Amino acid sequence: MSASEKYVAAAYLVVFVAVLAWIAIIAAKLARLERDASELTELARRRAEHADEREKVSV
Amino acid sequence: MGPGLFCDHCSGFVLLRLRNIPLPALAVAAVVLMGTALALIFFYAPIDADQGLSQKIFYIHVPIALTAYACFAWGAWKAFLHLWKRPPGADLESYVAIHQGVIFGALTLLTGSIWARISWGHWWAWSSNQLVTFLILFLFYSAYFMLRYSVEPGPARANMCAVYALFGVVLIPVSWLSIRIAKDYIHPTVFTTNGPQMSGSMFLAFCVSWAALLTLAGTMYRVELAGKRLDSRLRELRELLA
Repeated sequence: MSASEKYVAAAYLVVFVAVLAWIAIIAAKLARLERDASELTELARRRAEHADEREKVSV
Repeated sequence: MGPGLFCDHCSGFVLLRLRNIPLPALAVAAVVLMGTALALIFFYAPIDADQGLSQKIFYIHVPIALTAYACFAWGAWKAFLHLWKRPPGADLESYVAIHQGVIFGALTLLTGSIWARISWGHWWAWSSNQLVTFLILFLFYSAYFMLRYSVEPGPARANMCAVYALFGVVLIPVSWLSIRIAKDYIHPTVFTTNGPQMSGSMFLAFCVSWAALLTLAGTMYRVELAGKRLDSRLRELRELLA
């Protein structure tokens, strides 16, 4: 592999690695958002169940 | 003029509304264009008689730099809209565009350094005005994040960031024109008043590469914006449920 080929490969590889790193960061953020959404859904469900129980008791 | 060609939400006059294109379509277009660009660069465009194979870096370095300029300009435009008409979300859009600009700016500096090493024999040339002005532009917008995260979220932060983003846009024409004004002979000037100084096949590869990188930047912008919006809605929901 000549010096030119190495430098051209390096330049294109830098861009490819940067895009991959960006995808990895976004994937990690998405996983965190998914966890947050599940947590909030669970919280809302418990709230709804609690409200139902209160209604039954008052009736 | 067709309905898709003119922006109604005070986003100005643009060729196509980015938000009207479905995100998966945009991502597929970015992948297809990127593949086409690579094929054109390595199998269609001829090897430069002067620089040899290392000139192939031009097809990625220059479009990345132009995409960085476009991202900074888009961020400044959104900042201007925030200050002018205050549409909801303009501050966030400006922030995400500047973030994309900094990513592409860093890539410009990295690919440029690699090209400089093989062409000039060193990684950086302080004597090249275009390099230095681009570095100033990059550092200016990198400091944007220091400002943003040092102020409490709210209208005051949004206004400060918008003013800062608008000031930075002045550096774009300075960076672009610096090589022409200062008659810098180290950094090559490909686009002159006589048109692009390259063959038709080289220019085609360059245009497709630039289109690919703009589409990639658009996709990244949309994905990041969707993530930020979702994050803010979840935070709001958490506050409501607390």
